[in-house]
Amino acid sequence: MADARKDWSFHGGVHLDDHKAESTGQPVRRLPIPDRLTLPLHQHIGLSAEPVVRVGDLVKKGQLVAQASDYVSASIHAPTSGRVVGIGPQAVPHPSGLYDACIVIESDGKDAWTDLPEPMTDYATLPTADLRERIRWAGIVGLGGAAFPTAVKVNTSGQRPIDTLVINAAECEPYITCDDMLMREQAADVVEGIGILRHLVGARQCLIGIEDNKPEAAEALRQALSTKADTGTEVVVIPTLYPSGGEKQLIRLLTGREVPSHGLPAAVGVLCQNVATAVAVADAVLRGRPLIERVITVTGRGVRQPGNFRVAIGSAADFVIAQSGGYSDAVRQLILGGPMMGFAMQHDQVPVTKATNCLLAAAQDEVPAHPAERPCIRCGECVKVCPAQLLPQQIFWHARAHDFDKAQDYHLFDCIECGCCAYVCPAHIPLVHYYRFAKTEIWAQEREREKSDLARRRHEARVARIERLEQERKARLRQKKEALEQKSGESAADPKKAAIEAAMRRVAAKKAAQPPEPETPGGE
Amino acid sequence: MITAILTIAGLATLFGLILGYSAIRFRVEGDPIADQIDALLPQTQCGQCGFAGCRPYAEAMATGEAEINRCPPGGEATMIALAELLGRDPVALEDEAAAEKPKSVAYIVEDECIGCTLCIQACPVDAIMGAAKQMHTVITDECTGCELCLPPCPVECIHMQPLGATPQTWKWPYPADTVTEAGHG
Repeated sequence: MADARKDWSFHGGVHLDDHKAESTGQPVRRLPIPDRLTLPLHQHIGLSAEPVVRVGDLVKKGQLVAQASDYVSASIHAPTSGRVVGIGPQAVPHPSGLYDACIVIESDGKDAWTDLPEPMTDYATLPTADLRERIRWAGIVGLGGAAFPTAVKVNTSGQRPIDTLVINAAECEPYITCDDMLMREQAADVVEGIGILRHLVGARQCLIGIEDNKPEAAEALRQALSTKADTGTEVVVIPTLYPSGGEKQLIRLLTGREVPSHGLPAAVGVLCQNVATAVAVADAVLRGRPLIERVITVTGRGVRQPGNFRVAIGSAADFVIAQSGGYSDAVRQLILGGPMMGFAMQHDQVPVTKATNCLLAAAQDEVPAHPAERPCIRCGECVKVCPAQLLPQQIFWHARAHDFDKAQDYHLFDCIECGCCAYVCPAHIPLVHYYRFAKTEIWAQEREREKSDLARRRHEARVARIERLEQERKARLRQKKEALEQKSGESAADPKKAAIEAAMRRVAAKKAAQPPEPETPGGE
Repeated sequence: MITAILTIAGLATLFGLILGYSAIRFRVEGDPIADQIDALLPQTQCGQCGFAGCRPYAEAMATGEAEINRCPPGGEATMIALAELLGRDPVALEDEAAAEKPKSVAYIVEDECIGCTLCIQACPVDAIMGAAKQMHTVITDECTGCELCLPPCPVECIHMQPLGATPQTWKWPYPADTVTEAGHG
């Protein structure tokens, strides 16, 4: 069975220089906590978190400062004790360079913990809803880079039952080694986290996918597994080929199952979690700790001492780099993430977020050169390497022509933006840039459509209301008029007649009562 | 001869009955083309097209009375979508300048508002909250930026505020614009 599994492969992919040795020489070092921490409210997929503190409030380490505002959202906790000095727009790590809402905390230097919830060491006996609630409370998101709220991902009720838990330890992107070092040093925590996740989703087996350029990490995991006597969990070493760490690619490599287009891994009975996420789950469940720090790789020839560092979330990138030895003279560009999927930063005064796995201070020869784009010669190299089995040149063609419907016909949204196509393109076309352009344009059009639908509904409701009010007004007028007419029929006609009649009766009565008298004086 | 006439007359009667029945049985309420056009319009209800809202403009286009290039908020994208739907040739926008205005929402300077309710009555989508002699305010999420509330305001306390991009609504720029100077279009 195990041998059969290793035969699986995914389409395409590229062999890259892994540049991992630079940052694996030293153990993970914990960096001090900076004076100021900037916590973006939107560090995850879904809606921004809602602040629950005010400017001036004192907070303790681990205290909730912003609450998940929706089902798909994640809470944020104070990474140290101190005072909230600002809630407002700050520079955030985003390719746009735009500002976004953040909570700024000034450290008091005491690093004093708040009261943490009880550890759930007996998790196997607890209802899964309680465990999910704990994960949700801890604000855990996928730490591989996508930052999807984990509590949502592990809620598999109403879906196909999950039989296989896939742990993504491939770390296929060059330069990045934070998962590698985490596995070497905290293999036991990884195994504990896997136990909790397996219990949560009821997975029969667990496969840890790890590239063959990380033998130390694979060995550490095997040892941790052997001491735990964990059955059903297996370390599967896969060949180093970018992007084996893509969710769908890894599932294909380990199980041979193909996740359908637009589908979730649950559709083929698989749940995929990053190895660092498993450790965060273990921290939350077994130690009651929220997600307030993570391991990140600081590397590239642009820094003096590349390595991995445990940093408080919210630490500024310039602080992290200064603390880790500072820039070297060779630095040309700071990239957030790896060289394939990361994006260049305009400056380094942005905070490390839950999704930040790497700060790559690249020298001139480490950043991909951007020679002028030349026309596509339709050589088909991109088709050969596309791990999603798309036709990159066709999507590019239509995205370039702003024909987004056609781009979607060619499954634009199955593109994982791995960058293999652009890497091999002999015409130096920034293909992924075109795909991102097309995707964000399509999303913007969708938002516009939603907004115009809302406006239409509100306008129609208003027109209907005005119509109704007008009808009601007319009906009221008519009623009044009718009432008036009826009244005049009864009281305007009758009282007059009655009055006249009464008057006539009075006259008649008078006449009847007085007849003899006038006759006496008038009768001579 | 008689047989032929009778046959043709019989067929004519039969088909007439079928047609007459289907006209009643499969009758479509309203104008489906106007609905499709209306779905493409941005629903700002701003009246810049010269009609009293998006729906009347859609109905005018459906009957061929109006050109497809009179919707500045929709811009070129809407015009092209309309051209495709109606099988007409794309035409230049009537008011290019208005189409290039950045998306904005109304904003009421609350200190200056006198609570006259005139803007509330003008708003086509009920996006202004307030009551007589009470301060008014705009529900930003529901404002379409039609500017219809600006003229009725007696104290000119309503301004249009351009909607800036946030990291969540930001769009990647067109690559050819940033990589080379080669234009598109």
